[in-house]
Amino acid sequence: MASHSIDTPTYESEHVGTSTGLPNLKLAMWVFLGSDCLLFGALISSYVLYRGASVKGPYPADVFDIPYTSVSSFVLLASSLTMVLALAVIQRGDVGRCRIWLLATALLGMTFIGGQVYEFTTFYHEGLALSTNLFGTTFYVLTGFHGTHVAIGIVMLLTLLSLTFMGKITQENSETVELVGLYWHFVDIVWIVIFTVVYLIPSASGPR
Amino acid sequence: MSDPTEAVVQGSAEMAAGTAPPTGRGHVTRHPSPKEYLRIALILAVITAFEVAIYYLDLPHNILIPALFFFSVIKFALVVLWFMHLKFDSRTYARFFVMGLAGAVTLFLVVLMIFGVFRG
Repeated sequence: MASHSIDTPTYESEHVGTSTGLPNLKLAMWVFLGSDCLLFGALISSYVLYRGASVKGPYPADVFDIPYTSVSSFVLLASSLTMVLALAVIQRGDVGRCRIWLLATALLGMTFIGGQVYEFTTFYHEGLALSTNLFGTTFYVLTGFHGTHVAIGIVMLLTLLSLTFMGKITQENSETVELVGLYWHFVDIVWIVIFTVVYLIPSASGPR
Repeated sequence: MSDPTEAVVQGSAEMAAGTAPPTGRGHVTRHPSPKEYLRIALILAVITAFEVAIYYLDLPHNILIPALFFFSVIKFALVVLWFMHLKFDSRTYARFFVMGLAGAVTLFLVVLMIFGVFRG
């Protein structure tokens, strides 16, 4: 990766009428994402705080299926790629390809959600409910909030897809795709942290 | 890496020459190509695979945990800087995002320190 990475001119709208010289919606999205960091920071802190504090099982090592969750992680990473490709093509004015990449992103997101639902169901059948122990509570709340964010993202993607068919998404207003993309990538980076902190970092099998 | 100012100047020149997209409120800027995005995605996939692989090695926790954190920070940075375009966009966006991120990290550290989690 060198200086030739920036090699393709694309179109980007800019609202010169704002006091910052930056598009208000894009700035608002970044402010929102900054605030959402605090939400997930609190939830992850709670999970780590109560890690190993459950007095009865099931414990993480009893229920986690790392290979399965790894596949989910790859799916979400792939969806980030398809999302950024959707933005890249719409900034070049290719609405058709944008639809394909948006659909791919939505499908990958739905696959991830499906995987989460299956995982939660499996955990429940193995005896881990929301109120079973501290692990159950903090795990389900954290991953549940993340899953809800993903679901909202899917709704946004499908709405965007509909707008492309109505001719409302063009090269000139590609910022709309960019805003949804920012949200989607944020959901991905939160999962990067969750996957590491919750699944990969070993926790005690029982009480500390 | 080309100076963003050059890109805007070039964009203005292209607009004057009539080769830029015909709009009154836009300008041509530069972003990574799809190939570059694909390259980043492959790097992310490789790092994820590596993380999972070292999880299965019987490494001491004082090596495994920092290693996992290191790789997740790399992945986090790659997505934020390239996929979210923070590397190529106005620094104002970065300031707002980093404020929230710094708040989250501070919250994380303070809560865990208060409850003595780091004392083991």
